[in-house]
Amino acid sequence: MTTRSMWALVVLLAVGLAFPAAGVSAQRGGTLNMIAWEGYLQPQWVKPFQKNTGCTIHQKYAGSSDEMVTLMRSGGGDQYDMVSASGDASLRLIYGKDVQTIDPTKIPDYKNFGPAFKSPPNNTIGGKHYGLSLQWGPNTLLYNTKVVKPAPTSWASIYSPQYKGKVTVPDNPIQIADAALYLMKTQPSLGIKDPYELNSAQFTATLNLLKKQKPLIKKYWALASDEIDLFKNGDAVIGASWPYQTNTLIAAKAPVKDLVPKEGATGWLDTWMVSAHTKNLDCAYKWLSWISTPKVQAEQAVYFGETPVNSKACPFMNKLAKGSCATYHANAPLKYFKQIHFWKTPIADCGNGQKNCMDYTKWQQAWTQLKG
Amino acid sequence: MAAGLDAAEGVKRDRHRARRRLGGALWRRPWLKGLSLLSPPVLAFTLVYVAALVALFISAFWTVNPFTSQLIHHWTFDNFRTLWNEPAYRTVAIRTVTIAAAVTVTDALIAFPFAYYMARVASRRTRGFLFVLVLLPLWASYLARVYAWRLILNSDGLLNWSLHKLGLPPANIAYSNTAMWIVFSYIWLPFMILPVYAALERIPHSYIEASRDLGAKGGRTLRTVILPLALPGVVAGSIFTFSLTLGDYITPVLIGGASSQFIGNVVYDSVNQSSNLPFGAAFAVVPVVVMGAYLMIARRLGAFEAL
Repeated sequence: MTTRSMWALVVLLAVGLAFPAAGVSAQRGGTLNMIAWEGYLQPQWVKPFQKNTGCTIHQKYAGSSDEMVTLMRSGGGDQYDMVSASGDASLRLIYGKDVQTIDPTKIPDYKNFGPAFKSPPNNTIGGKHYGLSLQWGPNTLLYNTKVVKPAPTSWASIYSPQYKGKVTVPDNPIQIADAALYLMKTQPSLGIKDPYELNSAQFTATLNLLKKQKPLIKKYWALASDEIDLFKNGDAVIGASWPYQTNTLIAAKAPVKDLVPKEGATGWLDTWMVSAHTKNLDCAYKWLSWISTPKVQAEQAVYFGETPVNSKACPFMNKLAKGSCATYHANAPLKYFKQIHFWKTPIADCGNGQKNCMDYTKWQQAWTQLKG
Repeated sequence: MAAGLDAAEGVKRDRHRARRRLGGALWRRPWLKGLSLLSPPVLAFTLVYVAALVALFISAFWTVNPFTSQLIHHWTFDNFRTLWNEPAYRTVAIRTVTIAAAVTVTDALIAFPFAYYMARVASRRTRGFLFVLVLLPLWASYLARVYAWRLILNSDGLLNWSLHKLGLPPANIAYSNTAMWIVFSYIWLPFMILPVYAALERIPHSYIEASRDLGAKGGRTLRTVILPLALPGVVAGSIFTFSLTLGDYITPVLIGGASSQFIGNVVYDSVNQSSNLPFGAAFAVVPVVVMGAYLMIARRLGAFEAL
């Protein structure tokens, strides 16, 4: 092999490794450029929308809440018209003035939304709606029924050395809230009222719990498929999860179960938000109306493994997949929602007049340093 | 019609003359020839590569407004101070460099005998076959190979299955730094084999015969003739294995465990999670400096002649 052909090989390889994913071309007109979670803009419900309204959708999938915020702000904020923001991104977008208020009375199905989702604190501030709730899901405790006996009832299981080296939790700064929620219930003396509003002392206590948990962790999972692999192969037997992983694992005949432990759980609630700089407000409202109709809500819920906010979606869900309404707690009583603390962006404002809470930047730094 | 032909002839002649004049000018001034040949690639190199590096370096001295993610163009050493003062980042940097070094040494140890066999022992046919074997994995996607290793290393994977069949206790190395070391060593091995092979192949057979004639046994010949002459090849290969490991961030995510962050992961997180480009840029300076030092040493050892 000559030197030259070796170089050619190296260059070829480098090009292959470095080739970036193609971007989305920003086109204007009757179009909506949308940032969404993967799977949120399926042809199944996007195609009929385009046909009915004449509005064209250009999609850009984002991998994390932070990426969504970054994308919404790219190019002065006029690159994208809408975003399916989770609760850990929505407040940043609202206070960053990246999104605009909407009038929910223009959305026919708004009145059918579950009461917890009409004005949740992650998209409604001072009575102003900065978007329309879409779907939600709890962050559950997932365990291997063959190994974890007796069945866990508390989050204590992922903080105790009993399953050392077999625990997995999401690789996400918002995971700090899970630990804070556990402390809120088990150490009332810390005075945690809201797992997303932590002052310096509460934050330190929470991080100490996470530092103690670290030696127990097999892996901080970044992708849902990672956690599925961990459970399938026996590398993890207990951990924090989403219903999606549970359902995928059960479908693959893995011996797993999940639950919302007695302390309650954190959860995510996604919101379609409209950019402050959109030129297609008309199409945006049409999309909000379409995506909140019971049938589309059910389609998305069953496809993605999450729960619709429209209370009329249940019959459609059961038609698509038998029993899915109950599986995803779409018909659960209000009591069920009360134990779910939906993600919201931690900000310095503690909500009680004090401004000494740890903001999201601190959470991110702490998380990076925790992983070390 | 005749006039038109004449005109066409004239144009042709003019063009011919102009070309001759240009050729003459280039011949008289060799530097002009060199300049016109070199300037496009040099320009591209400066604009695309050097400019990007400089921009990266400059932005490392800026900060970001945590709430709006806007860049604050205010010169400060804050990012570097955080890097220096926060032990977590030091751990990450040390881990990255250590694993890169371990991978390089491992690859050198595996590659040398392999390349030696290819260059000096194997028949032409076998050599061709071995080349295909070395290069074949490079045709498969990087991700596919990493995932394949996950299947091998995990608790119920091939490794533990084989150990079990042999009556040995299971190796619990899935999702750990050991796993990363194995996977990196596997993935970058071809980049070490090829330059070592090139260096070994270049050693004239007469040198080895001369060594033998002078009474040196096999071990002595290897130590005093072959190894010193192959060293530049090993160092050249180590540039690849070291820098490729140093800059990777995918394998740590897929194969690493709870404490497996690389510099690349922290950079990725600060850009994508925190929108904090300046901090990412500041940390990215670390591998650039490490690699700069490495290349200086490599040049001393003659690695660039071996490429």
